[in-house]
Amino acid sequence: MTGIGTIVKKELADHFSSYRFIILFALIAMVSLITTYMVGIGLREELGSVAKPKFVFLMLFTSTGPLFSLVQFVGFFGPLIGLILGFDAVNRERSSGTLSKLASQPIYRDSIINGKFLSGVVTIAIMLISILLVVSGLGLTLIGVVPGVEEVWRIFIYLIISIFYISFWLGISILFSILFRGIATSALATLAMWIFFSFFISMVASVIANSLIPLDRTTREDPEMVMRHVRVQRIISLISPMQLYNDSTAIIIDPTRKTTRSFVLMGPLEEHLSERFRRPLALSQSIYIVLPHIISLIAITFICFGVSYAVFMRQEIRST
Amino acid sequence: MNQKAIIETHNLTKTYDNQIAVDDLTFSIEEGEIFGFLGPNGSGKTTTLLMLLGLTEPTKGWARVSGFDPTKEAIKVKKIVGYIPESIGFYDDMDAIENLLFIARLNNIPDSVSTPKIEEALESVGIKDEAEKKVGAYSRGMRQRLGMAEIHLKEPRIAFLDEPTLGLDPEGTIRIIDYIQSLSRDKNITILLSSHDLKQVQKISDRIGIMINGRMIAVGPIEELAKEKLGVDDKEISLDDVYMKFFQEGSL
Repeated sequence: MTGIGTIVKKELADHFSSYRFIILFALIAMVSLITTYMVGIGLREELGSVAKPKFVFLMLFTSTGPLFSLVQFVGFFGPLIGLILGFDAVNRERSSGTLSKLASQPIYRDSIINGKFLSGVVTIAIMLISILLVVSGLGLTLIGVVPGVEEVWRIFIYLIISIFYISFWLGISILFSILFRGIATSALATLAMWIFFSFFISMVASVIANSLIPLDRTTREDPEMVMRHVRVQRIISLISPMQLYNDSTAIIIDPTRKTTRSFVLMGPLEEHLSERFRRPLALSQSIYIVLPHIISLIAITFICFGVSYAVFMRQEIRST
Repeated sequence: MNQKAIIETHNLTKTYDNQIAVDDLTFSIEEGEIFGFLGPNGSGKTTTLLMLLGLTEPTKGWARVSGFDPTKEAIKVKKIVGYIPESIGFYDDMDAIENLLFIARLNNIPDSVSTPKIEEALESVGIKDEAEKKVGAYSRGMRQRLGMAEIHLKEPRIAFLDEPTLGLDPEGTIRIIDYIQSLSRDKNITILLSSHDLKQVQKISDRIGIMINGRMIAVGPIEELAKEKLGVDDKEISLDDVYMKFFQEGSL
């Protein structure tokens, strides 16, 4: 892996000194702090006179403030971090003639792509860790509750899932920066991808579910048909990394949630059990529920990087 | 294999889809030589350089650079070769020292060794006073000189220079050409110089090779080629005449 360390160091220096990173970090930190502050104040007022629930610290992340919760915010806007870090990673080097210079140095060609991806992941990790630490610190001050060991573990797992989720988008943007020579084209392609998976996937899922299992006046009355319709819709929605992320983090960060499925799919027995066992789930059980989601998220991140790697290694490197 | 040859190719061929970029190229370059690599745009010069560097694989044939196979031993080749591409690239938001320091680190040169060497390199190419300026503010001539400083820093055994004088004013061209000559003379660096500036190539080259449509149609000292093609034995012969004669015949 000759040269990868040098490339990672240079890329990290580039990321941390770039205006785009500073602006994005400031924006995300600001929104996170405002959201946490609003949620923290709300929690303090609501729980002031009653005994605090067991996982009150995690409520900082899951409770919706005036607009959204911190978890929802990262799920929705987190991809922008990955996209902005990678959309011009390779094509900018190509257009400025530095790619052939790098490749002509005594380093393996894959050090370039590995270095770029690794530095992006490190940047994402540093960004998320610092935001979570600041948010936790503010939360501690506002609600005056020290998180328990399990809560810390849940936040840690949430952090790991978030790093993989944003790294998936970093991989997508690096892939587009390899495929498209124009920086504007790769930026547009990555944005289009993000918009599709964030806004339109639910519409697409609904259209496909309607065409496969149409719900008309008669079938709407049949619970079996309704459940099949919703199941198809959910399966299609799970193509979206955002859906995978939202499902897995919702269960990990909120111990009282026992299923990723929506209420309509809950059978009578499940509903009955859910009513009987009001206690929150143990961490291992929460992980067990969303393990397929987490594995899928990690797998698509690696697949995406693998495709970028293969395309980059096969591409011709020329200065002109 | 030729004992003296530092670069050698045998039936080297590169095709893209069905288009032949380099066709059955067989030639060699001796150590310490300045070899002028001539040919019109698209004749296969840059593709040949890329194959010699291991940046693209030949479709057929083989190449050896200082005895190493660029396809299988690319790292070893890149350790001893300095390459200045046609469109010379530097990081615009870094100054000259930072750019060279980055290159030195990629070449595993410790900072304690590279720092004084960078100063020396910038001095030798005459841009020491501009060393702390961002490279984005450099003129083309200054960028080319920075490229030469990179060669000075790396001290390779072989330098591939692809159009190093392209777009330079006459003074800048003379400065670069003199510097290339000094690299060969003082440091015994073998130079493979690809250029359209025939006058300058004639001034410093020991031998030339002319490539047309992917084929090397002539290799040798300019005087020998002039005698062969123009039938003249004149030391004052112009390379332009020799090149045009070969070009006309090769294009047919």
